[in-house]
Amino acid sequence: MLRYTAQRLLVAFAVAISVSVISFAILRMSTDLAQALAGEAANQEQVEQIRIAYGLDRPLPLQYLDWLADLFRGDLGQSYYFRSPVAELIGDRLPLTFSLAISSLFLALVIAVPLGIIAALKQNTWIDRACLTLAVVGQAMPSFWFALMLIFFFAVQLQWVPLSGGATWQGLILPVVVLAYYAMPAIMRLTRAGMVDVLASDYIRTARAKGLSSTSILLKHALRNAVMPVIALAAVQFGFLLGGSTIVETVFALDGIGYLSWESIQRADFPVVQSIVLLFSLIFVVLTLLTDLLNAWIDPRVRG
Amino acid sequence: MTDISTETPIEDDFVRPSRLRQWLSHGGLVIGGTILFITIFMAIFAAYLAPGDPYLQGLGDRLQPPIWHDRGSWDHPLGTDQLGRDYLSRLIYGSRISLLIGIGTVAIAGLIGTTLGLVAGFMGGRVDMVISFLITVRLAMPLVLVALAVVGLVGNSLFIVIAVLGLLLWDRFAVVARTAAAQVRNLDYVAAARALGCSTPRIILQEVLPNVMGSILVVVTLEMAHAILLEAALSFLGLGVQPPLPSWGLMIAEGRDFIFFTPWVIAIPGVALFVLVLGINLVGDGLRDVSSPGGRS
Repeated sequence: MLRYTAQRLLVAFAVAISVSVISFAILRMSTDLAQALAGEAANQEQVEQIRIAYGLDRPLPLQYLDWLADLFRGDLGQSYYFRSPVAELIGDRLPLTFSLAISSLFLALVIAVPLGIIAALKQNTWIDRACLTLAVVGQAMPSFWFALMLIFFFAVQLQWVPLSGGATWQGLILPVVVLAYYAMPAIMRLTRAGMVDVLASDYIRTARAKGLSSTSILLKHALRNAVMPVIALAAVQFGFLLGGSTIVETVFALDGIGYLSWESIQRADFPVVQSIVLLFSLIFVVLTLLTDLLNAWIDPRVRG
Repeated sequence: MTDISTETPIEDDFVRPSRLRQWLSHGGLVIGGTILFITIFMAIFAAYLAPGDPYLQGLGDRLQPPIWHDRGSWDHPLGTDQLGRDYLSRLIYGSRISLLIGIGTVAIAGLIGTTLGLVAGFMGGRVDMVISFLITVRLAMPLVLVALAVVGLVGNSLFIVIAVLGLLLWDRFAVVARTAAAQVRNLDYVAAARALGCSTPRIILQEVLPNVMGSILVVVTLEMAHAILLEAALSFLGLGVQPPLPSWGLMIAEGRDFIFFTPWVIAIPGVALFVLVLGINLVGDGLRDVSSPGGRS
């Protein structure tokens, strides 16, 4: 286990470093940083002064190391647009985006896992087909369009929820529904596939032959084995949901990280964009690392 | 020898019609195939099918309702947009953009991903480690955000969107090709080819690739649908295809301000997008079902 943990940690660290190199490259290849910091009105001489003052005249690898060192100190740089620290901007908006992602993942799991189990238990019946249809429709649904349609029906026509904004919890209902439906199909299909495999396996047959009740078999044996891949998928989905927040927050005008990222791309505010790309990637890396370790801890065969 | 030559055709005759019947009896495959066929037909013959010019503005009849609406007329069966352009014509021409994005992206991503995956799976060892690492790094990057950022940097046009999506969506090709190649790697006929002195690239191309094509084809459909959805989202966010091109995602974005009184300007291109992606996904699911002996799982 220790060996496996060390190995996984090393890979995760390497992935994190690679991603940081890529997001650094995104910033530096995009614009002349000195020019951007000096502003439109600055003359050539002022730009050169800033270039030297900020160390932007030095070789790129050195600049990267500096940037990395700042990163470890929690300094993500300054936003060109807001003229304030990026870490602060992100910190202010993180709670909204996180609660959005967590609630929608929770909603998706609560609906998709039971449906997947039922579909597997009632294979090839109308229930199974209904669940499959729900998943197939969800996979083909453009999330931004689904969001607009929900706004039209529930905010404009029925006026059950506010039109936009995350000031009240009611304003978060539709975004959570959109993100949850986005995450649901994969979770449901994986749960179903896992349950189908497990139910057909020898040990379930043995348990049945021993005369254990169906519920006990389902809960104690089948579910436990089918659920591990679903946890791994849920972790991955959390990363996708953070990424998807760019679209959903923009449609619903929620002032989270997703919206900030979209606005910053439009304003060419690349320190912000770069930091958000890096943050989302790191969250993804950490989550997949944790599920890998959890998986190995539960199932010793994985460590092999 | 005679035994073999008489046996093979019989088996072929036995297998072929039943496979075709199997394809036709798969509901999803038929529905998806029909949708895809109609869309391709629409895209190719757009110039003949479209009732009008998709770019011709008519400021006199802006936001005309579609035919099923009380005030609808056959002049504009699906109504007009905020600039008075015929919506049906825009919708028909828009299928070209979606298909172009889907096919272009899959061509680039498929080439990159399949090559990397085949090499990794077939070679194993250190090469496999490096390529697997590349896949992990790619998966760790937030797709929508990176695509938006790069398009925002490089500038937006149809071809840049295709290039960016193609360079991002190769991961699933690589994963599937790698797994399949690793399975084929130790089979007898590959060993035989090696014993005959075939070079590694030749073995990969002639012996391994044909055997993974089935799985790759399924990924082709998945990623095509994925690319079409992403293009629509990018265009919707203003960082994809540029106006006045009739991208369905862009049409939804342009109609967004009119959601209160003329919701069809959003509903129509959205339905088109949904139906096309559904069709491609159904074809993908169907191909997976008929190619795996156990049926759907």
